Amino acid sequence: MGERILELRGVSKFFPGIRALERVDFDLETGEIHALVGENGAGKSTLIKIITGVHQPDEGEIFWRGQKVTIPNPTVASRYQIAAVYQQPASFPHLSITENIFLGHPFLRPFSRRLDWKRMHDRARELLKSLGSDLDPITPVGTLSTAQKQIVEIAKALSINAQILIMDEPTAALTKREAEELYRIMRELKSQGTAIIFISHRFEDIYEVADRVTVLRDGKKVGTWMVKDISERDLVRAMVGREITQLFPKAWVTPGRELLRVEGLSKTGYFSNVSFTLHAGEILGVSGLVGSGRTEVAHALFGIAPADRGKIFVEGKEVTIRSPLDAIACGIGYLPEDRLQQGLFLPMSINDNITIAILDSLTRRGWLQPEREYEVSSKMLELLKIKAPSIFSLVSSLSGGNQQKVVVAKLLAARLRILILDEPTHGIDVGAKAAIHQIMSDLAQEGFGIIMISSEMPEILGMSDRILVMCEGRVSGILTREEATQEKIMEMAVNVNWAKLQKKEKVGVDYA
Amino acid sequence: MRKGGGVQIRGLRELGIIVFIIIISILVGIRNPRFLTWGNLHDMLLDTAVLSVVAVGMMFVLVTGGIDLSAESVLALTGMVAGIIIKDNPYLSPVFMLLFGLLFGGFLGAVTGLIVAKGRVLPIIATLSMMYIYRGITFIVSRGEWIDAHEMPESFKALATGRVLGFSNLIAIALGVYLLFYYFANHTRTGREIYAVGSNLEAARIIGINTDWVIWLVYTLSGALSGLGGVMWVARYASAQNDTAAGFVLTVVAACVLGGVSISGGAGTIPGVFLGAITIGIINNALPMIRVSPFWRMALQGLIILVAALVNVAVARNVERAQLRQREELRMVRHGA
Amino acid sequence: MELESLRVQRAKSLSFRWEWLLLVLILGAFFVNVRLSPYFWNYRSFMDALSVFLEAGFMVFSMVMILVAGDIDISVASIAALSSVLMALSHKAGLPMGLAMLVALGVGVACGYFNGFLISRVPNLSAIIVTLAGFSLYRGIAYVLLGDRAVSGFPSWYSYLAWGYIGNTGIPFMLAAFFACALVYGLVLHRTAFGRKVFAIGTNRTAALFSGVPVARIRQILFTLNGLMAGVTAIFLTSKLGSSRPNVATGYELEVIAIAVLGGASPSGGKGSIFGACLAFILMRLLRYGMGLRNIPGQVMMVAIGVVLIGVVMIPNLVMSRKKRTVVS
Repeated sequence: MGERILELRGVSKFFPGIRALERVDFDLETGEIHALVGENGAGKSTLIKIITGVHQPDEGEIFWRGQKVTIPNPTVASRYQIAAVYQQPASFPHLSITENIFLGHPFLRPFSRRLDWKRMHDRARELLKSLGSDLDPITPVGTLSTAQKQIVEIAKALSINAQILIMDEPTAALTKREAEELYRIMRELKSQGTAIIFISHRFEDIYEVADRVTVLRDGKKVGTWMVKDISERDLVRAMVGREITQLFPKAWVTPGRELLRVEGLSKTGYFSNVSFTLHAGEILGVSGLVGSGRTEVAHALFGIAPADRGKIFVEGKEVTIRSPLDAIACGIGYLPEDRLQQGLFLPMSINDNITIAILDSLTRRGWLQPEREYEVSSKMLELLKIKAPSIFSLVSSLSGGNQQKVVVAKLLAARLRILILDEPTHGIDVGAKAAIHQIMSDLAQEGFGIIMISSEMPEILGMSDRILVMCEGRVSGILTREEATQEKIMEMAVNVNWAKLQKKEKVGVDYA
Repeated sequence: MRKGGGVQIRGLRELGIIVFIIIISILVGIRNPRFLTWGNLHDMLLDTAVLSVVAVGMMFVLVTGGIDLSAESVLALTGMVAGIIIKDNPYLSPVFMLLFGLLFGGFLGAVTGLIVAKGRVLPIIATLSMMYIYRGITFIVSRGEWIDAHEMPESFKALATGRVLGFSNLIAIALGVYLLFYYFANHTRTGREIYAVGSNLEAARIIGINTDWVIWLVYTLSGALSGLGGVMWVARYASAQNDTAAGFVLTVVAACVLGGVSISGGAGTIPGVFLGAITIGIINNALPMIRVSPFWRMALQGLIILVAALVNVAVARNVERAQLRQREELRMVRHGA
Repeated sequence: MELESLRVQRAKSLSFRWEWLLLVLILGAFFVNVRLSPYFWNYRSFMDALSVFLEAGFMVFSMVMILVAGDIDISVASIAALSSVLMALSHKAGLPMGLAMLVALGVGVACGYFNGFLISRVPNLSAIIVTLAGFSLYRGIAYVLLGDRAVSGFPSWYSYLAWGYIGNTGIPFMLAAFFACALVYGLVLHRTAFGRKVFAIGTNRTAALFSGVPVARIRQILFTLNGLMAGVTAIFLTSKLGSSRPNVATGYELEVIAIAVLGGASPSGGKGSIFGACLAFILMRLLRYGMGLRNIPGQVMMVAIGVVLIGVVMIPNLVMSRKKRTVVS
């Protein structure tokens, strides 16, 4: 391998309430493909954002070809020949491939300052060709598939002669054949001396192309290995192998009657053939990586983006859910993942936030009954121990954990039997987390049925009675509490089933 | 123009408008053969000249996702001020007046641009207010009077009556504007940055485009072209009035939307706007020819805007659906299902 | 005990309000007017001052609601014109005046429903483009029906609506109707579940959807209501003018939006109050009356309104960004 082109020493990054990265060392050499792996939230994307100048490190140093540098913004990063290709590229959908590649640094004719389209098109075509693509550079990017968009992003990286190329889950949205094409391109770039940082959840990717692999967990570096020296099982263990120190209080409840049954739920382009049941008193954990279709299934059950096919039964009766109103009428509630965008009315008071979903039941012929509202929200304030001066405080003035509790309060106030909680403790501190876990346990004991979508392994293992694992829009299995281990879940989530993989390859060939 | 966005879709769309124009022309021509005479077509182009010039400015604003309702008042105010100047100084060259229109209108537009870009006022609110402010100022500078034909020197009126290569000067000016801005939109860095801002504001900022400046610029451009349109209007009708071009902005927006400019930003081409303006011109010219009362014009305009906007939305949704289907096919292949 | 303390807390959290500023401005405008004209300080002329242009005020309430929900409607004045023309024509065709007034309301509702239907049910179709098309379409239909003619010949009692006084109290009937509407809309927006949901939609449309608020249906209702109020405006306006033409109510949309925004409604949604809009309306009336006393023409008044509108929106934005900058540094 070549010289060391990039090195990070003791880099830390703190966000309010979270340590995203803690004293991480990382190095990259020319002509290598360095895989970066870890669970959701392990700190991979924060690390990438520091390298590309989107975030500034709070501690630590960055060395580029041996000299100490700072990267205050993405423009400076491109001056250091650093470029990134994201899973969902942020492109200009209306503009052509050529423009997407050259907009930031166009070729201009001397004197007239006129755009030199011919040279740009030629260069774009050349770049695309070197990547094995025969796309016409005048095609608007909005009409391309994700794979093609990624090719464009790589071409853009090449157009600034990127020596450090970062690829953030580039294969997640690709077919087997497209992924193989990408591997070929990566190897080609590597042979020309480009250093590639490669983030992936798919182990087949890593074993296929990567030279070294660095594992991050909870913002810390676990280690760096040569890929050929580490077995798949050890890699999984390195990713998840944390002591479960936190206590999760889910008490065992004998499951009651069936509350919800889903059969063959499918939505074109998002998930297919999802089936499961949920009983009273049960917490069904849903695990899977980002993009596995977990949230989309929840949205379908709650009527935000209804499914195309499949049946939903609530307490044995088939129901149709076309809108959140339908879902609420069926007794299904949803705690959204993105609480700022989907859960909260920031400039409104705690009271208004909590009662919005149940206003109609608190009114008399449509007239608001403030006393009844105050009663409900005061009770919730107390029950969830929301730290706020009063129920009239604006939600925007609360801390993240308390804001999350307000969203939970809104959901609980509706007294629905089936609760879908999407990342209920994401991004909140330990105390608030424990409180929310306690509430969930209490609810289960009272006979509620809870579907908990979570990326946090300890939470899934500690809280769930059964665990449904999703991978690429499908259910890859349902485990009972006894069967479940971190390794098993991770294996199902990243799909390291070799038999299945071989079958897929065969199909790929057939398709070709 | 092949360099811009939306090639396949746009090509289809422009073809559609051309077919529409031809069909309408033939139908009207059958009803009234005078429609297809050279004289009438020239008159039609002459009447469309101002509209097409102002529509170019509006297109740039729409491409960034904004709207400029003040265009018609900038036109009226600039026209009025130009009228007053030429009345008092009849020796001034018409070319100077055109330049004056550009600069004065540009200044008015720059004020609006500042309010939108730096004051962070929603374009609809800012330009609706400026529409009435500039209209009111028109009234103040004119003291409620209007300027009519005999107060204007022949040299100025010759802007409309004189001809270049058989075309009225105004048509030549409009064509010049189209060529110039076609070049600007497609062959200059700034031109493309306007599209980038409308296509993805955040991404534009990330690659280092000064988005506030670009937004300010499009309102300034819209003002400048409206100002130019104002001088052309006054020369064409040989009068400057307080209510000149009242309601004209709707015609302008209709021409743009008809020409495929997206109201949500990112998409719009100079040739498309040109065809949109011509179509409106033909409809306006054809109505009296087939003895439809001119009072239909306004309603028809509203209907055109509505239908064109619905077509734009439907086209966009079809593209999105095709993408989803494609994604599903990929997934099927991947799972061997 | 608890409820009482809750009420006190609530009152505290509302202590500063935009409305106080409006009240101060109203007092200022009032004194300026008194200085301009000794006759202003007279019950009758004060009442008349308030009633000038009052017909446009009816649309302010529904516009406040639309702005609170984060939408905009620039077609209202055109709907009013079409309502007025159709009412006049149907009366001329022999319909009794009472029924003709119902026609005006019906036309308003139909146009508003049409706007609302397109905006709330067709994804990605913005309120701006739809109501801009409506702006042209509705008045255009009025022109198609009436051309440049005018229709008059209404029964004499009809003029009472705009010109009459209630008994001998000296209170114009229209003013009473205006405040009655204000009361109804104030209660609906601030005291009902419906009103709370309107605020929720304007504050965060996605979160409202996720909270089970029927977003599409409520937006549909709001635009329909706006149409209805345009119909009400048409009735009073036609009564005041004594005739109807297609060009009535030109420019009212700016005045209506300006008053709503001046009254504290935010064009980006989530903020606004009917009481504030009433105060803003009174303030505007006093300003207009004062300018009228000095013989300032209507067009110039529009300049003032436009400047006020931009100022009211822009100044808080500038102050906010200044604050943000100091926090960052």
